Amino acid sequence: MSASNNINITLKVWRQKNAQSKGQLESYDLKNVSTDSSFLEMLDQLNEELINEGKSPVTFDHDCREGICGACSLYINGRPHGPGNRVTTCQLHMRSFKDGETIYVEPWRAAAFPVIKDLMTDRSSFDRIQHAGGYVSVNTSGNTQDANALPIEKENADKAFDAATCIGCGACVAACKNASASLFVAAKVSQYALLPQGQVEAKDRVLNMVKQAQKEGFGPCSNTGACEVECPKGISLENIARMNREYLAASLSK
Amino acid sequence: MSLDSKIPEGPLKDKWTNHKNNIRLVNPANKRNIDIIVVGTGLAGGSAAATLAELGYNVKAFCYQDSPRRAHSIAAQGGINAAKNYQGDGDSTYRLFYDTIKGGDYRSREANVYRLAEVSANIIDQCVAQGVPFARDYGGLLDNRSFGGVLVSRTFYAKGQTGQQLLLGAYSAMNRQIAKGKIQMYNRHEMLDVVLVDGKARGIIARNLVTGEIERHSAHAVVLGSGGYGNVFFLSTNAMGSNVTASWKAHKKGAYFANPCYTQIHPTCIPVHGTQQSKLTLMSESLRNDGRIWVPKKLEDAQAVREGKLKPVDIKEEDRDYYLERRYPSFGNLVPRDVASRAAKERCDAGFGVVNNDTKEGVFLDFSSAILRYGKEEANVKGIENPSDEKIKELGKKVIENKYGNLFEMYQQITDENPYETPMKIYPAVHYTMGGIWVDYNLMTTVPGLYATGECNFSDHGANRLGASALMQGLADGYFVLPYTIGDYLADDIRTGPIPTDSKEFEEAENKVTDELNKLINNNGSKSVDYFHKKLGLIMWNKVGMARNEKGLKEAIQEIAELREEFYKDVRVPGELNELNQELEKAGRVADFLELGELFARDALEREESCGGHFREEFQTEEGEALRKDDSYTYVAAWEYTGKPSEAVLHKEDLKFENVELKTRSYK
Ligand SMILES: Cc1cc2nc3c(=O)[nH]c(=O)nc-3n(C[C@H](O)[C@H](O)[C@H](O)COP(=O)(O)OP(=O)(O)OC[C@H]3O[C@@H](n4cnc5c(N)ncnc54)[C@H](O)[C@@H]3O)c2cc1C
Ligand code: SF4
Ligand code: FES
Repeated sequence: MSASNNINITLKVWRQKNAQSKGQLESYDLKNVSTDSSFLEMLDQLNEELINEGKSPVTFDHDCREGICGACSLYINGRPHGPGNRVTTCQLHMRSFKDGETIYVEPWRAAAFPVIKDLMTDRSSFDRIQHAGGYVSVNTSGNTQDANALPIEKENADKAFDAATCIGCGACVAACKNASASLFVAAKVSQYALLPQGQVEAKDRVLNMVKQAQKEGFGPCSNTGACEVECPKGISLENIARMNREYLAASLSK
Repeated sequence: MSLDSKIPEGPLKDKWTNHKNNIRLVNPANKRNIDIIVVGTGLAGGSAAATLAELGYNVKAFCYQDSPRRAHSIAAQGGINAAKNYQGDGDSTYRLFYDTIKGGDYRSREANVYRLAEVSANIIDQCVAQGVPFARDYGGLLDNRSFGGVLVSRTFYAKGQTGQQLLLGAYSAMNRQIAKGKIQMYNRHEMLDVVLVDGKARGIIARNLVTGEIERHSAHAVVLGSGGYGNVFFLSTNAMGSNVTASWKAHKKGAYFANPCYTQIHPTCIPVHGTQQSKLTLMSESLRNDGRIWVPKKLEDAQAVREGKLKPVDIKEEDRDYYLERRYPSFGNLVPRDVASRAAKERCDAGFGVVNNDTKEGVFLDFSSAILRYGKEEANVKGIENPSDEKIKELGKKVIENKYGNLFEMYQQITDENPYETPMKIYPAVHYTMGGIWVDYNLMTTVPGLYATGECNFSDHGANRLGASALMQGLADGYFVLPYTIGDYLADDIRTGPIPTDSKEFEEAENKVTDELNKLINNNGSKSVDYFHKKLGLIMWNKVGMARNEKGLKEAIQEIAELREEFYKDVRVPGELNELNQELEKAGRVADFLELGELFARDALEREESCGGHFREEFQTEEGEALRKDDSYTYVAAWEYTGKPSEAVLHKEDLKFENVELKTRSYK
C-alpha cells in the first residue's frame, strides 16, 4: 500500500431523527483518521466514538463497500459521492482529503428520495420505476431456446452491458438541479433497447417507465449533463438520447 | 431423528428426471390459495420468489436492504459455470459433476451435484432470455473463461460484474411479478424467527427496520435464501450486513446445521490495511487466468520490498518464485482456492511476504507477462509490423482492460497503486461458507415446510467450492429445483386455508423476539457491538482459520463462550427498539455469530482429517497437502441444537460414492 498517514478533520454531518422531524448540521472533530481508510470506515470511527460517548451514531446506508450494491449515497462537500470521478462513497478514500479539512456530509436531496433518518433516504421510487417495465416478460421455466441460438452483435452487447452496470444509487438525481431520474431510467431502457430480447415490449416499456418516473416526482431533463459527471459507473448521456428517440417513436405509434 | 436425504433411486443421470416425474404437483387453481415466504432476494431467494410467483403461488419476499437488487449476490465478480461445451473443449454434464465432486474433496452428495451440473446449461439460456448481457465474441456468440480447479473453459461472465448482471436478471423477473401483485415485497425487513405450528414452518417474525415494529407473517411454507455466514470472521469479502441470523434462528427451531467448519478462504483479496479496516475486497479468481502469482526467492528481497527499498518490477525473473507453477505444474496458477490459499500462507509464514503491514502477509499477482502476450497477439491481428515494446504494452493493456477493467480500477481506488504498472498485492481472505443448513434432496431442512437455498444451505460444494459455482447453485436452486420440489410438500396444503397469525405460536415467537431485543437495548454496557465482533473475528481467524489444530480449537471454543458472556454483560446498544436503529441490527447479528462461532470450532475439532477448506495441521502429507481420512469421515456432520452450541448433538449422513472413485486430489 502507499505510504499512509493520519489526519485530523472536522465533519459537518446532517442529523435528522426521522422523516417528520427537521434536521440540522452537527459538527464533530475527528482525530487520527488513516488516509488508507475509506470514507465509510472514517464514519465507522466517528460512530464508535459517538457510541462510547453515549451519543447516537450517524445512520447511513451501505452494504457491499465495493462500489456495486448502490446502497451508499452521501453528498460530500456538495457533490454526490464526494470528490473524484467514477467512485461511490464507499470507494472514496481519506487520502482524498487534507489534514485539518472541514467535510460536509449530507443525504441525497430530492422530493422523490425523502430522508428516513440522518443520511439515509428512501429510494423505493427507483424500484417502482422498474416495476413499471424494467423486465423482459419471459417465464423462468427454463424452456427457452439455447442461448447461442440468438447471436448478438458484440458492439450492441457491449453497449447494453455498459448501460446495465447502473447500480441504482441515485447520484444522478442528487446531482441534477431538476432532480431528474433520466439517466437511471435511460440506462434500463437502453439495455433492453439494444438487445433483441427487449424489442417486443420496447414501446410500452419506455412509455410506462417514463410515466412512472414523473409520477414519483422526478423532474424533467434539461440536458445539463451533471448526472453523467457524477455517475459512479460512467453511464453515458447517449443513453438519454436513445431513450428520447425510443420515447418519441413509441408515442407517435401509440 | 434419523437423517433421510431422500435421494431418488435409479441411475445417477436419471434421478432428477424420474424424481420430477414422480413428485406430486399442485394444480394452478390451488396454487392461488397457497402462500410462501421467501427470506432473501439474492440469486437464490430472488430467483425462487420470481419462479414461485410465476407458477401461481402468493409470495412474500423479505430482504434487509432497501431493495432486492442490493443483495450480496450483486458483488459476485468473475462468472458462472455451465456445462454448455460451447468451446468444444470436451466439457459435459459429467465433467462438471466430476470436477465439482473432486473440487469439494469428496465431501458432497453425488446426486445433488449431478443435478446441479444437469440444470446448469439451462441457467444460461434462461438468463440470456431475460436480457442478461453476458460477454460475447466478435461472432456474437457467448464467450467463456476458465476458473480454478478445472481444465476446460466453462465460465460465462459479464466483465467483472457477473453477479450484478445475474441478480439484476432475477430482480427483473421479480419486478414483473411485483407489478402483477404476485410478490409482495418487504424491503428493510429482517427476519428474526421462524414460527412453527404443529411442527411445521408456518411463518416468520420480522422487524421492520424503518419503524422498528415487530411483525408477524404467515405462510404455508418458508424458504430461506439468506446467504452465507463468512462475517463470523468480522473481516471477509461479504457485504457488511451478511449474517447468519435467519439460518441460526432456524437452527434453534430444529433445523440441523451441517458442516459449519467448511469455509472458503479465497486466495486473491486485497491485504488488510490497518485497524480501521471494515471489510476485505476480493480480486476475482478470473484474474488467475492471466495473472501469475509469485514472491521473491530471496528473503532479503522480500524484506527490501516491504521496506519500500526495492520495486517488484526490478526483481529479475530468475529471482522470482512462481510457487504455484513450481508446486503444481499441471494446474499452475489455476489450482483450487483452498490449495492456492494455503500455498500463499506457507510462503508468508516462511518470511517471503511482500506487504508492509503488521503481519507481513501478501504475495504478488502479476500481469506483465499477460500484457506482453496479448500485446503481441493484438499486433499480429492488427497487422502491425515490428511493433515497439511500448506499442505492445499499450495494446496488451487494452486487452487486459477489456477483460478486467473494473477490477483494476477497484484495486487502484483502494490501494492507490496502478496494477497495469506494478503487480497487485494479494492475500487470502474469508469468502464463502460451504457449510450451512442441512437440506435433503428436495432442499427441505429437518423442519417440515422450511426450505433452504443458495449459500445458506450446505448442499453442493462439499469441503471446497469451485469458482463460479455459487452463482450456478443459487440460480439452480431458485429457478429449477425448489419450485418443483416444494410442490410435493404443498400438495397437502391445498385445503388448509390462510394461516392465522393470532395463534399462541405466533404470539410466543413475537414475545421472545421482543424480549431479546429489549434486553440488548437495556443492557447499558460500556462497549460497542463492533468491539465484540472484531474480537470474535480475531479468535476465528487465528484459531479456526486457514490452519487449525486441536489445541487452538479447544481454546477457541472456550474463548468464544467467554466472549459471549462478556457481550451480554457489557455490550452497549444505543437508541430505541421502535426506531431505525442500525446498532441494534448489528447487535442481533453478532449475538448469533457468537453462538455459531462456537459450533463452528466444535465441528472443526470433531473432524480429525483435512479436507478442502478444512485444514487440520495434524493431518497433512509430508508435502504439506491435505490428508483425508475417508474411512472415518466420509459423512456430512449435521448438528442439532440443544441449548448450548458446544453441546450440540452430532448426526451423521454417510456419503456414498457410487459413480466416482475417492482419490487423493492432485493438481500436480
Ligand atoms: C466479492 C464476492 C465475489 C464473488 N464472486 C463469485 C463469482 O464470481 N462466482 C460465483 O459463483 N460466486 C461468487 N461469489 C459467491 C456468491 O456471490 C454467493 O455465494 C451468492 O451470491 C450467494 O447468494 P445467495 O442468494 O445465497 O445469498 P445472498 O446474495 O447473500 O443474499 C442474501 C439475501 O438474504 C437477505 N437476508 C439475509 N438475512 C436476512 C434476514 N435475517 N432477514 C431478511 N433478509 C435477510 C439479504 O437481504 C439478501 O437479500 C462471490 C462472493 C463474494 C463475496
Ligand atoms: S445512472 Fe449512475 S448515478 Fe444514476 S443511479 Fe445509475 S449508477 Fe447511480
Ligand atoms: S456500499 Fe455498496 S456501493 Fe457503496
